[in-house]
Amino acid sequence: MINDEKIIKNDERAIFALRSLYSKYGYSQFKMSRFEEYDLYVKNKDFLVSDEVITFTDRSGRLMALKPDVTLSIIKNSADKAGCVQKVYYNENVYRVSKGTHSFKEIMQAGLECIGDLHSYDIAEVVLLAVKSLSLINDKYVLDISHMGLVAAIFESSGLSHDGKAKAHACLHQKNCHELRAICADEGITEDNTNKLCALIDNAGDASTVLSALSPMLTTEKEKEAFEEFRILCDVIENSGYASCINLDFSVGNDMKYYSGVVFKGYIEGIPTSILSGGQYDKLMKKMGRTSGAIGFALYLDLLEQMDSPEEGYDIDTVLLYTEDIDPLTLTKAVEDISGAVSVLACLQKPKGINCRRILSITTDGRIETLEDND
Amino acid sequence: MKTMINVALPKGRLGEKVYSYFKAAGFECPSIEETNRKLIFENPEKGVRYFWVKPSDVAIYVERGAADIGVAGKDILLEYQPDVYELLDMDMGKCRMAVAAKKDFRDPKGRTLRVATKFPNIAETFYNEKCRDIDIIKLNGSIEIAPILGLSDVIVDIVETGTTLKENDLEVVDTIVPISARLIANKSGYKFKNSEILAIRQALEEQVRNRK
Repeated sequence: MINDEKIIKNDERAIFALRSLYSKYGYSQFKMSRFEEYDLYVKNKDFLVSDEVITFTDRSGRLMALKPDVTLSIIKNSADKAGCVQKVYYNENVYRVSKGTHSFKEIMQAGLECIGDLHSYDIAEVVLLAVKSLSLINDKYVLDISHMGLVAAIFESSGLSHDGKAKAHACLHQKNCHELRAICADEGITEDNTNKLCALIDNAGDASTVLSALSPMLTTEKEKEAFEEFRILCDVIENSGYASCINLDFSVGNDMKYYSGVVFKGYIEGIPTSILSGGQYDKLMKKMGRTSGAIGFALYLDLLEQMDSPEEGYDIDTVLLYTEDIDPLTLTKAVEDISGAVSVLACLQKPKGINCRRILSITTDGRIETLEDND
Repeated sequence: MKTMINVALPKGRLGEKVYSYFKAAGFECPSIEETNRKLIFENPEKGVRYFWVKPSDVAIYVERGAADIGVAGKDILLEYQPDVYELLDMDMGKCRMAVAAKKDFRDPKGRTLRVATKFPNIAETFYNEKCRDIDIIKLNGSIEIAPILGLSDVIVDIVETGTTLKENDLEVVDTIVPISARLIANKSGYKFKNSEILAIRQALEEQVRNRK
């Protein structure tokens, strides 16, 4: 039994808490192999965060990959039955190229996927589980949510060219209103449509304020339909008790080729990048030959290393120095006596670089003497 | 205690001009104007902490969260593609990213174009859009001599007045993108220090508008 909270790392603590949370909502654990056939990733390269994958040939000559992603494996192994919803959570290591170092990194990832005939409830449940996951990790957190359907409908009615849309999307993700206006001006977009696009950047914050600012600007059926779908989700959020930690922010985006409905990213104070990312990826399901929908998210637990840990104080409480002629039984008893209350390292010499509260020594007849006390 | 906003400023003339905007916007920090070798300056009353960093590093400090906001050139943002918010065009440090070549240059369409540049990503994106096969020669300075010595056919570089090009018998053959200094913000910092960052952004926007 672990009785010292300090020795549990942030990511380990998070895994326990997340497992318990997801199980409570009927999600079962999905355990998978470290390897997957490379073919699965080649067909869906754009879905991956990084398209570089570690590959090797197995003994039967198949080209395999060290998993860069979990979602694709879960979809591949999911049933595609009408009326069914499969809910799974996972806690796996994935292998990707890190942006800063350009080298492969092992990333600990936890998350969940809800696959099947999705009801509005399932979507709301996943979004709320995402925000609850953040709340289990830290008190200061924010979940930004957007709706790809609504964003896509507004872009579609804007009159922007294909290239213009791609550039405008990049501006939206960067909250770059000045360049978005310049792109619209270059393409001769009407003032109303330009303002509608910029409203996606300018309006961010609590659900009711953002929705009421956006609502009068919507003109097409597609926009109104997507807005209504989003509003239903926002109603659940408003009444969830987590409303103050959820922002509507249309700069949150994911690849439009795969994501269709709600998308979200989670942030924790003290971690410079988003720690949680997810959304509804019905288009990916369709691309993989499935008829049902799906929503899920991943938490990048390796980022928790960057979170401020409470001051750890000493590496070890007590260093117990002994000489070579000591009887092992005497030494064992002494270590047991001391370690009942604190951590103790028995050694011939104090190792370099260890920070300890006190140094004791033991004589051959079992007497303990204090050599150093840093209290 | 007032929330502190960490601001990464680019060292040099541009940085000094950027600070003058912050100062006029009400976020002054007197110690930054003293002559010394310090790199970090703060004014707790105004809730700002400034630090000078190499201009090309501003985006890294902001992306990694060591700075909440910073001012970086659009050239750096396009080249390194940091995952940050770009909140404001500061309308200063204006120049353009351009393709330049010797005055008698004709594009050798039958072979790979050799491009010397400090900005390989910008050059690659520009020529990819044109489906032009190129060989990038990454240099770290004195780019202008590359076509003169036959190292490259063209260069992709920042052009401000064009004087250096003219003095080396080069001329602009294509403009890739206009460049200016931009206010950028860390995405996570923007969530948790939102009102403070928005207040700075708004005050700076007013300064930019007034000085136009």
